[in-house]
Amino acid sequence: MTTTTTFTDVYMSPRLLAPGGTAADLATHELRYGPLSYGDPDGLLRTVAESGLTGRGGAAFPTYRKLVAVADASRRTGRAPVVVANGAEGEPASRKDKTLLRLSPHLVLDGLQLAARAVGAGEAHLAVEDGASYLESALSQRNDPLDVKVIRLPKRFLSGQASALAQYVSGNAPLPRHQHPPVRERGVRKAPTLVQNVETLAHLALVARYGADWFRSAGTPNQPGSTLCTLHVPGREVRVVEAPFGLPLDRLLPLQGMSAVLVGGYHGTWISATEAAQRTLDAGNLGAGVLAALPTTRCGVAETARVLRYLALQSAGQCGPCLNGLPRIASAFRTLATPGPQFNTRQDVARWSGLIEGRGACHHPDGTVRLVRSALTTFATELDAHARGLCTATDPTPLLPIPNEAH
Amino acid sequence: MEQQQIDIDWTSCQGHGLCAELLPDHITLDEWGYPLVDGSPIPPRTLKRARKAAADCPALALKLTPAS
Amino acid sequence: MSSETLWYANRATGAVCLVLFTVVVLLGIAVRLRTRLPGLPRFGTVNLHRTLSLSATAFLALHIAVAVIDGYVNITVLDAVVPFVSDYQPLWLGLGTVALDLLLAVLITSLLRERIGHRTWRAVHWLAYASWPIALIHGIGIGTDTGTDWMTWLTVSCVATVVAAFAIRAAHSARAARRTPAALLRTAEGAHS
Repeated sequence: MTTTTTFTDVYMSPRLLAPGGTAADLATHELRYGPLSYGDPDGLLRTVAESGLTGRGGAAFPTYRKLVAVADASRRTGRAPVVVANGAEGEPASRKDKTLLRLSPHLVLDGLQLAARAVGAGEAHLAVEDGASYLESALSQRNDPLDVKVIRLPKRFLSGQASALAQYVSGNAPLPRHQHPPVRERGVRKAPTLVQNVETLAHLALVARYGADWFRSAGTPNQPGSTLCTLHVPGREVRVVEAPFGLPLDRLLPLQGMSAVLVGGYHGTWISATEAAQRTLDAGNLGAGVLAALPTTRCGVAETARVLRYLALQSAGQCGPCLNGLPRIASAFRTLATPGPQFNTRQDVARWSGLIEGRGACHHPDGTVRLVRSALTTFATELDAHARGLCTATDPTPLLPIPNEAH
Repeated sequence: MEQQQIDIDWTSCQGHGLCAELLPDHITLDEWGYPLVDGSPIPPRTLKRARKAAADCPALALKLTPAS
Repeated sequence: MSSETLWYANRATGAVCLVLFTVVVLLGIAVRLRTRLPGLPRFGTVNLHRTLSLSATAFLALHIAVAVIDGYVNITVLDAVVPFVSDYQPLWLGLGTVALDLLLAVLITSLLRERIGHRTWRAVHWLAYASWPIALIHGIGIGTDTGTDWMTWLTVSCVATVVAAFAIRAAHSARAARRTPAALLRTAEGAHS
């Protein structure tokens, strides 16, 4: 496995990641953060509400509202909820969750227990991709009120999708389900299920200890707190950093010699380097926390075509529009990435994008369309050049990580 | 009686197209045979046909849910 | 009504049931294959399948009633629902009873379709593929008209159409299973190159 460097104190005093890049065992964890006290569930919910903590899994949904919704569903159905810590990290370009679990597993496990207490859960799971055997040893050091089962998922883009995850924990294939009723009402074995990203749980563990005001001391009033990002800069190792919301992007990524930045991940958006220089770290578009810089020497259309091919192959293949649309869009983008006559390809892509948006059980088609539209806008000049038979890029080296890529 | 809207379970829909025949003002079929639903609430006079569409869908993929 | 009349009525309704249920099976497969019948909208195929299955069931009820009422052979109401316990031809009659029991399961679940959910409904509906051949064998084994030209011709036609339709349906299933994202991507990329 390729190593990931962490720079823990470049942008702010570190909260989530253990300094020195070594994993914290339970003793180190308690020395660093202090002991965990549970308090009463209502008090914790109030603190979470005041902190303004939002989900770090991509949707940025207010954590307090999610906890309350699951607790409410439990009261209504009379079934004890299930809590699933989502460390699946199906996004190939993202390493933050794996890194967090490796360096600060006990923060995540604290958060998991707190969330379980807050919703009154009777069952707790930690979902990760294959590997990570250190989790069982981390769990064995602890004395938690609720037992945690570690679930290992197949390495797929949609493994971390909430309903697919709930299905897998229930013992079925990890395929997304129709969202009525939502997972928070009917998830694992038909019980109300809280699916929470592992980074969110880690923040929760700190909010419970230090309070809402402390949490809000970083970030902006509208977007309080810090977040983990995976930074991709060609020529450098992939880095996972912790940074506050509101931090200018050009402090995270070098923008000289870059033409564009991918913000969020493979369901994210391409923005031009000029635009990136004026933007800050924003939960609204940060998605899975991936920030990748594209040098002017590389072709953004070609990179997007590679990603779209991957996204098409990762479709669950259940829903007609997605199954039919994604392969066609991916193939069309390959044509757009090749200098030469383009015929009606751009119109086809626009039409198919409009057709698949919002017409699926999950947001796979929506996220793909978001990426496609941002690419068509940000790389408009390159697309025009390709139509005239030219490509401005000089370096064909692939930039973004694509698992099992065929050539 | 609160307003109803059409909800499609995309994991079940096989593109039979009965719904588009029964509710031509609300549903058309895309180039692959799958329903394009306009998303507006069903007016009371169309409700009976909408219920028939839900009952007759061979895949039971169309349901009526309270309009949000 | 003489026993002989009842017996003819039983044989006649039996033959009608064979034809009607064969058409019902064919229509069911037509719905599954999204076939458009000439002159009918799509919901017409579904409605026809449903209506005809109810008509066929009515004829089946008649077929059973006549057999029970007829005093010439001892067939009781119990024999109509519990298989293989009759005095008269327990095996062949019993098969008819099995076919009826399966059909009742299909019928009741279809009436309660929206309530029991698609998965359960579909699982039970597959029993129709068992009910039809069992009913056919019941007819051949117990039937007084077995061996006559017209019955042989009728039986062969029904079997041939159902087998052909089922083969098309199985091929359709196999093709649908091959339509994976990877396969569709290959097709799309092949078309663009």
